[in-house]
Amino acid sequence: MPTWIQLVFLACGVCFILALKGLSGPRTARNGNLIGAAAAVVACVMPFFWTDLHLRHVPLIIAAIAIGTVGGVYGARTVQMTQMPQMVALFNGVGGGAAALVALLELHEVIETGGDAPWFNLAATAFTIVVGSISFAGSVVTFAKLQELMTSRPVVFPGLRYVFPIAVGAALVLGVRVAIDPHMWIAILLGLLGLLVGALLVLPVGGADVPIVISLLNAFTGLTVAAGGYVLSNVLLLIAGTLVGASGTFLTLLMAGAMGRSVANILFGALKGGSTLGSGEASDRPVRSVTPEDAAIMLGYADRVIVVPGYGLAVAQAQHTLRELVDVLGAKGIQVDYAIHPVAGRMPGHMNVLLAEAQVPYEQLREMDDINGDFKEADVVLVVGANDVVNPAARTTPGAPIYGMPILNADQARQVIFMKRSMRPGFAGIENELLFDERTALLFGDAKDSMGKLLNAVKAL
Amino acid sequence: MILATGVVWLTIFVLSVFVGIEVISKVSSTLHTPLMSGANAIHGIILLGAILVTGTTDNNIALAVGLVAIVLAAVNMVGGFVVTDRMLQMFTRRRPPPKSGSDQGGVA
Repeated sequence: MPTWIQLVFLACGVCFILALKGLSGPRTARNGNLIGAAAAVVACVMPFFWTDLHLRHVPLIIAAIAIGTVGGVYGARTVQMTQMPQMVALFNGVGGGAAALVALLELHEVIETGGDAPWFNLAATAFTIVVGSISFAGSVVTFAKLQELMTSRPVVFPGLRYVFPIAVGAALVLGVRVAIDPHMWIAILLGLLGLLVGALLVLPVGGADVPIVISLLNAFTGLTVAAGGYVLSNVLLLIAGTLVGASGTFLTLLMAGAMGRSVANILFGALKGGSTLGSGEASDRPVRSVTPEDAAIMLGYADRVIVVPGYGLAVAQAQHTLRELVDVLGAKGIQVDYAIHPVAGRMPGHMNVLLAEAQVPYEQLREMDDINGDFKEADVVLVVGANDVVNPAARTTPGAPIYGMPILNADQARQVIFMKRSMRPGFAGIENELLFDERTALLFGDAKDSMGKLLNAVKAL
Repeated sequence: MILATGVVWLTIFVLSVFVGIEVISKVSSTLHTPLMSGANAIHGIILLGAILVTGTTDNNIALAVGLVAIVLAAVNMVGGFVVTDRMLQMFTRRRPPPKSGSDQGGVA
């Protein structure tokens, strides 16, 4: 490889570090992302200027890049903000799949040329194939769960606790086999086994924990790309993949910590049984239902209101009406804040993105640790399209899928108004005792529709 | 003294692990989604690897598989960066305008 290209790759690696650094601060995030994008484009153009390589099939390669680019841009521009988690999962999955295919091709090359690759290279190749496949299949299942193409509840079948370790063990054996004596058919079998392991890994994970899994699979793909870099002797791939693998792992642990869960518990909790409390059924216990006018009076005569927005708000596209309501209440001299749970929405930080889209001023968004002490003084808590993040079962019911997750202390407020479509439980599939509390009032209906009525009623006060 | 190649690779790997953790250690939970999405786009650099293996093969099946890998990797890389930018655009636009001229204020 010419020295100047190696230096360009080094510069691109530095840009990726700067990109991640930038992405972790609100002020620098956008520039960080653009630096990363620029570096990635520069790096991918390099093979075309690398004359000794005698790159072949150039028109086909450019056509393939064009197809992928059009697909990626189309998906990225048309996806709704509510569907962001499944989009990220999908992009991550195809990356993992690409890495696995690249490793297969490299192995094919090694076998064809009768090359005598050291065992460690072959082991890295096997790693790339199997983990890339795991990431691909896992992401596809994650996508299906979030897109509600399949149930979001944990899928467990008898024998899963045996099938999974057997599949992992078999993958290990085949991986070792590839490292010692590489054959194409074994490598392909290894890839297929990786697909099975990936699917089995994600199937038993409950809907509420899926965000953690996305982050984990993201880290997996990073490590896959790093191993691929070693296999192809490409430093840039090694650096970029390792950066993503390390930061992704760290981020996963951070998020799991925010939910009060261990990663192992999230992945394998359902296998041990126990987290099957969720029924997904609507309850028929009595609740106190109110009209928009009643709710408007509760809000209009409060001094302090805290809004707890959830994914349901964004699905109903009611966030603009909510912002208007908060503005009207603010004009009446009522102090209103939004309490944002770290995993509100379907991905950590997702709710911030959704409210930013509705032009909610950034300073009204308060993080959980910051606002949890204020609930005691709140006259009314308005819960819109959220459920699990205010479910006291997280504190009181060991064995509930969300047990141990820090929640917003909505139950400490003087009154709670729940805006709900139906009595169906939240994403975690468990009942919320707060709904049956005597201080709780329920305002049934589509969030956008009831929010509009509530807004008009508050205006009419 | 010249380091053994394997050791050089290991060194780069280990140092990158520390850098990767260090650069994001202070991220606020507000930015978790864009950060995850941006990191996701960065590993789309596997596109470079896909181009290299595809462009040096002369087997037709390998070529076909390589082209599939290129399409997938390009979706990952391009889609990832574009979608991250779309999210971040919304964040910066709403920010209470500080004196820096870098954001577009309330224009959009």
